[in-house]
Amino acid sequence: MALLRVEDLHKRYGHEEVLKGVSLTLAAGETKVVIGPSGTGKSTLLRCINRLTEPDRGRVWLGDLEVTARRADLNKIRAQIGFVFQDFNLFTHLTALDNVRLGLLKVRGMGRREATERAMAELERVGLKAKASAYPAQLSGGQQQRVSIARALAMDPKLMLFDEPTSALDPELIGEVLAVMIQLAKEGMTMIVVTHEMGFARSVADEIVFMEGGVIVEQGPPEVLFRSPKVPRTGEFLRKISELYGEAG
Amino acid sequence: MDLGVWAQVGSYLPVLLQGLLVNVELLLGLLALGFAIGVVAALLEVYAPRPLGFLASAYTWFFRGVPEIVLLFLFYFGLPQIGLRLSAFLAAVLALGFRSSAYQAQIFRGALLSIPTGQMMAARALGLSRLGAIRHIVLPQALRLSLAGWSNEFSSVLKDTTLAWGIGVVEVMRQATYIRARNFTLTLPIYLTVAFLFLVLTYAGNFAIGMAEKRLRIPGLEGRG
Ligand SMILES: Nc1ncnc2c1ncn2[C@@H]1O[C@H](COP(=O)(O)OP(=O)(O)OP(=O)(O)O)[C@@H](O)[C@H]1O
Ligand SMILES: [Mg+2]
Repeated sequence: MALLRVEDLHKRYGHEEVLKGVSLTLAAGETKVVIGPSGTGKSTLLRCINRLTEPDRGRVWLGDLEVTARRADLNKIRAQIGFVFQDFNLFTHLTALDNVRLGLLKVRGMGRREATERAMAELERVGLKAKASAYPAQLSGGQQQRVSIARALAMDPKLMLFDEPTSALDPELIGEVLAVMIQLAKEGMTMIVVTHEMGFARSVADEIVFMEGGVIVEQGPPEVLFRSPKVPRTGEFLRKISELYGEAG
Repeated sequence: MDLGVWAQVGSYLPVLLQGLLVNVELLLGLLALGFAIGVVAALLEVYAPRPLGFLASAYTWFFRGVPEIVLLFLFYFGLPQIGLRLSAFLAAVLALGFRSSAYQAQIFRGALLSIPTGQMMAARALGLSRLGAIRHIVLPQALRLSLAGWSNEFSSVLKDTTLAWGIGVVEVMRQATYIRARNFTLTLPIYLTVAFLFLVLTYAGNFAIGMAEKRLRIPGLEGRG
């Protein structure tokens, strides 16, 4: 059974229809990379999946749990979906350790000792054990983003959503964040990553999803999309971002 | 004025300090009340659905718009007419406390609104309820930001406690006036002494708040927030 099913999502802001019927499926362990021009609804799509934004129409299932059900326990569902933001959104008044520990203590109801151990393990996983007592403002962008990934991973998510996790970073800091994500993908995490880092997409994406104007224009394995896209517009966009971002990622 | 005058003032100092203690008690009472209601009113204004938010706004509008002395008279002389008889002290704490809560609400509201929305979003994404996110994430940050404005409010309500004199609370101004009635040559020195006592209290209070601000400052954010 699919780990995530998104069916016909619609979202409108005022007169602007941002999502015009988006559907996709992820099997467990699958990584999908979502690309597309600015303003085409990529962030909106991710936020509709855990209902940080309320979709107007359409359905989302996480396993056999319907996220969009009226009586869905949203807090419980969100705790199973890790979300990584473009600008990190670490809690500024908390240390790295407390950022990672908070969800364990306040959402999962874990005991203090166990939560601390778990949080330290997650910080170690992203290479930041030594920074446990640092506050976000004392960390570089790359370090902040790694802490925010640790914060999400600590909750044992079934699914991770990344919204342009490296686009707020200086070029020399992008690599360390991508390395963590590549490792995650290899360990079998199920993830949707909105990014224009094509090197990353080529090495870990099972499929690339090209979105434009609120719909999925085309999706398929990277080799196929790069070599022989069905829609000319896909090839055009892929060439453009490959030029813009390089493929080193 | 010769030294003898100051010696007399000195002999009255215990009585003055006794009065000042009442001002401090008023201050602590009204600040605590103002803080509790102020936080709730600010949260309602920022987060609650329309009717509740509107109620909170109307509340702050009323207590910010009516002069303190009018509030004091309303609570102490006015309420007994509808069967609510309060001691002068309690009436003063309530009237000044409600007034302060309206100003504190403004301070907290501004601070709440200045917390980036990403903080709330990240908290909700983790699975925290709205209330949990406010309690663990937004409020702790907003209260830190409020300290500067709060220190102004502290200085202002400290001075306002003398208005309780108007409804008969035996605080420092009333003590000073008793002393003066007994000995008119002490008029100037006694009020100068009261002025001095308030300067000391204001200084001490602001010093304490400044220390708290330093202790609560978030490392790495110096000079930025
Ligand atoms: N809360 C909101 N209120 C009103 N309009 C919004 C809101 N969020 C997004 N939009 C609009 O919806 C459209 C899609 O936004 P979205 O952020 O999903 O695009 P995106 O593909 O993620 O773009 P980018 O690559 O710039 O991040 C944009 O035109 C945006 O202005
Ligand atoms: Mg976006």
